[in-house]
Amino acid sequence: MTMNKIIHFKLDGVDCQAEKGQYILDAAAANGIWIPSLCNMKGIKPHGSCRICTVKVNGRPMTACTTPVVEGMVVESNTEELNDQRKQILEMLFVEGNHFCPACERSGNCELQALVYRFRVAVPRFAFQFPVRNLDASNPRLIKDHNRCILCKRCIRGIKDKEGRNLFAFRRRGHKVEISLDPELAGSLTDEQAQKAMDICPVGALIRKEKGFDVPIGKRTYDKKPIGSEVEQPTVNE
Amino acid sequence: MRKPVIATASLAGCFGCHMSILDIDEKILDLIELVDFHKSPITDIKKFGRKCDIGLIEGGCCNSENVHVLRDFRKNCKILVSVGECAVMGGLPALRNGIPVAECLEEAYLNGPTVHENTERILPNDDELPMILDKVYPCHEIVKIDYFLPGCPPRAELIWEALIGLIQGKEIKIPYEAFKYD
Ligand code: SF4
Ligand code: SF4
Repeated sequence: MTMNKIIHFKLDGVDCQAEKGQYILDAAAANGIWIPSLCNMKGIKPHGSCRICTVKVNGRPMTACTTPVVEGMVVESNTEELNDQRKQILEMLFVEGNHFCPACERSGNCELQALVYRFRVAVPRFAFQFPVRNLDASNPRLIKDHNRCILCKRCIRGIKDKEGRNLFAFRRRGHKVEISLDPELAGSLTDEQAQKAMDICPVGALIRKEKGFDVPIGKRTYDKKPIGSEVEQPTVNE
Repeated sequence: MRKPVIATASLAGCFGCHMSILDIDEKILDLIELVDFHKSPITDIKKFGRKCDIGLIEGGCCNSENVHVLRDFRKNCKILVSVGECAVMGGLPALRNGIPVAECLEEAYLNGPTVHENTERILPNDDELPMILDKVYPCHEIVKIDYFLPGCPPRAELIWEALIGLIQGKEIKIPYEAFKYD
């Protein structure tokens, strides 16, 4: 085993250490500092598409999930300006789809909702679009609800069959783009794969059939503890 | 000192938010010491007879009557608060927003599985009935709303803290657990 080289950087004025090659977001977490993110997921190749993790690196905006730490880097994350930009992205995601949380199987366990809670969005500043989108329940095990999909591609990046083929893909273009499930491979979708898809999806766009609402309110992931508290040092700054 | 006056209304809502106001339990006794209730389902006062300080609105706007009541509240209340998911975002009634109104009415009055006695196949058309809007709208897309309390319903604790904050002009601290969309 080779020892990874330890390098140093500053995050919001705090001296931090990272392994060479480590992404800013992961290095921050290793130092007990949470950088908000949404399209990113541990174990899946980062993608940098949602821009919520945008930080300033030596004054320039960069996505923390795809930018490796470099010796001496100065990173800002928890600033008023960046947090408001994050909030705006969340609000846009919210009005751009149809998010009826009280009727959603994912409510309480949803990362989009958890971020909205943490950033205290009482109401989105943008007008609701109420787009006409459909729900596809043709698969025997998995429901795809395009109303809630935020197009983060986590399902595409994270779910492959035994031969390494993607089960999910994007189809169509522009504002009509939507997630599709390979009809041939989907036919043989197992319960485990359906569960994995549901777990990988940050929102309620992929729901296992005959599942949902099985954890009571009060006991769901983000009922009591805000998102991010899993990586933060005890002094949670709200 | 004159007590602040509160008015409340339920538009396209389910009265759950009003129930949540009652959920402040014995603090309701403190509340009636602190404020007077004017037009509200709680008092059954139907028309504004005076200007109010705070208007609490439950539910969004799904028909012309909702819009009328909401505008009346805006005219008569100094501060207007959207209370709950439906007032803030349209909520469950807005699930119909992707479906044409005609289809909704036909499902409800002609083709739905619970329709039994509409042999003449009449859709409600009396002039007295409010017109259904093309979509369900959040209140702030109809009039200016000053504050928003999320939740389905908003937790009693959130309603209480917000009311006390507004009445006493104090900044309030809302705990994480009380700020929810469901
Ligand atoms: S996916 Fe998340 S934000 Fe969207 S309705 Fe469900 S719980 Fe709410
Ligand atoms: S279905 Fe879920 S995981 Fe896939 S792109 Fe949409 S939101 Fe992301």
